[in-house]
Amino acid sequence: MQKLVEIVAGVTSGSTTATAVVDEHLARIKAREGEIHAFNLVTADQARKDAAKIDEDVKAGKAVGALAGVPIALKDNMCTRGVETTCSSKILQGWKPPYDATVVTKLRNAGAVIVGKTNLDEFAMGSSTENSAFGPTKNPLDISRVPGGSSGGSAAAVSAGFAAASLGSDTGGSIRQPAALCGVVGVKPTYGTVSRYGLVAFASSLDQIGPFTSDVRDAATLLEVISGHDPMDSTSIPQPAASLVSVLDHGVKGMRIGRVTDLPEGCEPDVLARLEAAFDAMRNAGATIVDVKLPSLQYCLTAYYLIAPAEASSNLARYDGVRYGNRVDAADLNAMYAATRESGFGEEVKRRIMLGTYALSAGYFDAYYGKALKVRRLISDDFARAYKDVDAILTPTSPSTAFKFGSKTDNPLAMYLCDVFTIPTNLAGHPAMSVPFGVGTDSMPVGIQVLATTMGEQTMFKVAAELERAS
Amino acid sequence: MSDSISKETVVKVSRLARLSLTPEQAEKMTSQLAGMLDHFRDIDALDLSDVEPMTQPYPLKNVMREDVEVKSLDRQEVLDQAPAAESGRFRVPPTIGFDV
Amino acid sequence: MSDNTTLPNGWQLVVGLEVHVELATKTKMFSASTNRFGDEPNTNIDPVTLGLPGALPVLNKHAVELAMRIGLALNCKVQPCTFHRKNYFYPDLPKAYQITQYDHPLNVDGFLMLPGDVRIGVERAHLEEDTGKSTHFGGSSGRIHGSDYSLLDYNRAGVPLVEIVSRPDIRTSEQARQYVAELRAILLAVGASDAKMEEGSMRCDVNVSVHKAGTPFGTRCEIKNVNSIRSVGRAIDYEARRQVDLIESGGTVRQETRHWDDATGRTETLRTKEDADDYRYFLEPDLVPLVPEQSWIDQVRAALPVLPAARRNALAELCGVDKDGESAFVVVERGQDEYVREVVSCGGDPRRSVIYVQQAFAEQGPTPKVPARDLAALTILERDAKVTSTQAKTLLTDLIEAGGGDVVAMAAKRGFEALDTGALEAMVDAAIAAEPGAWQKYCAGEEKALGALVGAIMKSSKGKADGKAVTAILQSKRTK
Repeated sequence: MQKLVEIVAGVTSGSTTATAVVDEHLARIKAREGEIHAFNLVTADQARKDAAKIDEDVKAGKAVGALAGVPIALKDNMCTRGVETTCSSKILQGWKPPYDATVVTKLRNAGAVIVGKTNLDEFAMGSSTENSAFGPTKNPLDISRVPGGSSGGSAAAVSAGFAAASLGSDTGGSIRQPAALCGVVGVKPTYGTVSRYGLVAFASSLDQIGPFTSDVRDAATLLEVISGHDPMDSTSIPQPAASLVSVLDHGVKGMRIGRVTDLPEGCEPDVLARLEAAFDAMRNAGATIVDVKLPSLQYCLTAYYLIAPAEASSNLARYDGVRYGNRVDAADLNAMYAATRESGFGEEVKRRIMLGTYALSAGYFDAYYGKALKVRRLISDDFARAYKDVDAILTPTSPSTAFKFGSKTDNPLAMYLCDVFTIPTNLAGHPAMSVPFGVGTDSMPVGIQVLATTMGEQTMFKVAAELERAS
Repeated sequence: MSDSISKETVVKVSRLARLSLTPEQAEKMTSQLAGMLDHFRDIDALDLSDVEPMTQPYPLKNVMREDVEVKSLDRQEVLDQAPAAESGRFRVPPTIGFDV
Repeated sequence: MSDNTTLPNGWQLVVGLEVHVELATKTKMFSASTNRFGDEPNTNIDPVTLGLPGALPVLNKHAVELAMRIGLALNCKVQPCTFHRKNYFYPDLPKAYQITQYDHPLNVDGFLMLPGDVRIGVERAHLEEDTGKSTHFGGSSGRIHGSDYSLLDYNRAGVPLVEIVSRPDIRTSEQARQYVAELRAILLAVGASDAKMEEGSMRCDVNVSVHKAGTPFGTRCEIKNVNSIRSVGRAIDYEARRQVDLIESGGTVRQETRHWDDATGRTETLRTKEDADDYRYFLEPDLVPLVPEQSWIDQVRAALPVLPAARRNALAELCGVDKDGESAFVVVERGQDEYVREVVSCGGDPRRSVIYVQQAFAEQGPTPKVPARDLAALTILERDAKVTSTQAKTLLTDLIEAGGGDVVAMAAKRGFEALDTGALEAMVDAAIAAEPGAWQKYCAGEEKALGALVGAIMKSSKGKADGKAVTAILQSKRTK
C-alpha cells in the first residue's frame, strides 16, 4: 500500500500513472468492500476519468497539483457537487448537493482523485459508526469490531488500503478515535484552520475537518493542502496554512512533554501501558516529561454533551422536507415536519436533538447550556496554564482498543465515554492527533494522542513524527 | 427513574423540535434523557459565578465581505432536488393546525 | 379617522412601534446573492439563502454601514455587538432559524423628534435577515387558513434588515403616523432603504395597550399586517377602542398577536402560538463579534446628510414659518428647501418664498425649472404691493409654465397693477354705502357678512383690489 507522498512522486515523475494507482485501489475496494462497508458510495467511473486527466496533464508537461493522482475518500458529510451526500441518514438519502465544499475544491485543484464517500455515524453523532442508517462499517483489522466513529468509514478506508488518504470530521474525537482503533494517523487541526464551508454542520463551534493517512508525513502533506483561510467561512483564521512537512525531522530534543496526572478513569491497562511506552520514547529522544493538571477535565464530557447537542438541535432543524432531502407527505405542514423527521432521523440523532432542544429552552438555558459554556472556559484556562509549562501533551486517544459490535449500544452514556480524552481539545479549539503506537493485549492497535495549543501544529507534528519513529 | 426530566417536558420539547414520539418512544426517551441529565449534574459542584462563558474557540472579530454580487446556484438544479416544486417555487402542504 | 385618539373614561393609549427596514444593498446580509425586489422566483439563491447543508454566513459590510447610518441618524450609540440564532420552524425560514441580534445589538438608546418637540425613544436598531415569501393557494381568501398548499420563493430570504424598536412613548395615533413618516424620511435621506411600505421594504408592527393615568401599562397586543401610514393610525384607533370596550365589559386583554384587516377596519386574533414563543436564542457560532472601529463610526457620522428635522428647522428659521407646520414639512419632503434658500439669497421675501414653493411647486422636484431670481422678483412685487396676492398667484402659474421670465414685464403684459391704499379706502367707503345691510350685520359681529362686502369690492375693481388689504381696511373700520 503506497503512501500519499510516494504516489505523488511516482505520478509526477512518470514512474507510475494515476490510472494504475487508482485501479490498484479500486481493486482492493472490490476485494474487501463487501465485507467492510467503508463506503456509502464508490465513485469508480469518475475516479478513473479524473486519473486519466491527471495522466494526460503529466504527459503534456502541464503542472499538476500537490496531490496529483492520490486516491482520496471523503466522509459522506462533505458536500460534493452532483454526487450523493447523505450523512449516512435516510433524510438525505439521494440528495446531490449543487455545490462543492471548500476542501473538496482544494483537493480537486491539487489533483486528488476522489474514490468515494465514506460511511459515518448518522450526522457524525457517535463513536462506532453503528449509528449509520445504512449499516455499520467493520474494522478492517478485525471485522467483529467497530472501526470507531463517527468517521469510521474514512478510517477503515485508509486502514484497508481503499484510499491512500481520507478526510473525516472531528467534533468530539470523530477523527482521532477511529484513527486509533484502525491503526492509522488521524488529525484534528486547530479550530478555524480548515474551512467548514460545505461540511454538513453538527456542532458549529466544535467541528473541524482533518486527514486520515497511513503515516505522519502523509498527514502533514494533506493538511497543508486543505488548510488556509477561506472567506466563505467566518470562523476561518485569516492566516495561510502552516508549513508542517518541513519540521517533521526536527525531533523533540529539549521539548517539555506533559503527562496529565488527573486523567479521567476508565482507561484500559494495556492502553495505559502504551502511553507509558510513549513517554519513554519521548525521554529517549531528549524530551523532558512534566506533570500537568487539568482539573476541569472531568467535567468536559458534560460540557460537550450539552454544547454539541444544543448546536446540533439548531443545525438539524433545517431538515424539514421543504427544500431538499426526503419528505414524508402529510395533510398539513406541521404533520409533514414531524413525519419527515420521525422517519428520516435515527435514534441517536433524535436523542441529541431532544437533549439539545431541552438544554436551550426557556428556563433551562442557564442551568445547562449556559453552565456548559462556562466549563468550556475553565478547560481552556486549564490548558493555557498547562502550556506555560509544556510544549505538548500526550494522552491515550481512546480508553480502549476497538470494541465488539453491540457492546456499547445499550447505554448511550457508555458510548459517550469513548470520547473522554478527545473532547477537551474540541472544547478548547486546540489541535490534536492520534498516532498508532503498538497494540493492546487483544492485538488491536492503540493510538497515542498528541495535543498542542492553538496553532501549535508544528510542535504537534514534531512530537508525532518522533512517536512514529519510535513505534 | 429519576425526576431530572418529566414525560410532560419531553413531550413539550419534542413538539418544539418537530419530532413526533409515540407514547413508548416518549417513555424511553424520558428515562434515557433523565439518566443523562443526572450524570450532567456533576457540573453543579462547580462555582461558576465568576467565569465568563466561552463561545468562540478562536478570538476573531469583524469578519465581513464586500457588497459584490455573485451568481451562485442554478434554479433548475436546485428545484430538481426539491421534494415538491411548482412554477419555479417550492411547494409545501398548507399550514392548518400551525401557529402563524 | 380621528387625529388624536381620545379614549373615554380617562383611558390612555400607549403605543410602541417595531419597524423592519430592508436595506438598499446590492447583496444579501450573509451571502452574495442579489438583493432585488421583483425578480423571477428563486433566481437570487445560493447555499446560504436556501439553508443547504454545509452553508455558512458571512456578514455584508455595506449592510453594517447602512445600519450604522440609521442608528446615528436616530441618535443611537453604536456599540460592539454579536449575533444570535432565533430558532423556529416555518417554511419561509430556510435554516429554521433567523440570524438576528439579541442582547448586544448594534445601535441602542436613540430617539426621534416629532412635531411639537415630542421625543420618542428608540430602544434599539439591530441587524437581522429577512425571510422568504410564501404564497398560499386554494381556499378562498388567499390567506393561510383554508388554503390547499403554499409555494415558496426564497429571493427575499437573507435580504438585510434593520429592526428599529421604539420605546412605548407614543401616546396618540397621530404621533404614531408622524413617527413612521419621519422615520421614512430619515431612511430616505441617509440612503439606507427605499422604505416602500407598499413593496414591503418597510414594515410596521404596532404594539398597543391602554391604561389609566397613575396605573401601570396594560397588557399589550401586537398588530401585524399594517401596510401603510394611514393604516397605522386606523389600526391603533380600532385596537385601542377594542381593548377599552373589552376591559369595561369585564374582560381582560390577552397578550397576543393580531392581524389588521384593512378592508374591514378591524384587528383579528391570529391563532395563538402554543410553545412557538420559545425561540431558544443562543449566540450564533458561525459568526464572530462585530466591533465597529471608532474611526469608522466617526466617518459614517460625518458623512450623514443634514436630516429632515434639521432641514425643517433651518428653513423655518430662515422663512419665519412654523418648523412643525405644513410648509416646512412639504417643502423639505420634496427636497426644495435648498431652492427656497437660493430664492431668499436672491433677495426674495422669505415667507412668501416658502409659501409659493409649497403651494405651486408640487410637480417640480428638487431642482425647479424656474430660476431662483425670477421667483424672488415675484415675491418682491407682492411684498411691495405692486401686485395683489390674487394677481401674484396668476403670475406664479405663468412663471412656472414659461419656466421663468421677467415678472415685471409679465405683470405689465397682463395689465396688473395693484391699487394703492387711498384708492382702496375710497372703494371700501363706496361699498359700505352701497351695502348698508351687510355692513350693519358685519358690525354686529356676523363675520359672514364680510365676504359679501369684499366680494362686491373685488368685482367693481375688476380684480385689481388686493383682497387682503380690503379685508384689513374693513376690519379696522369696524373697530373704530
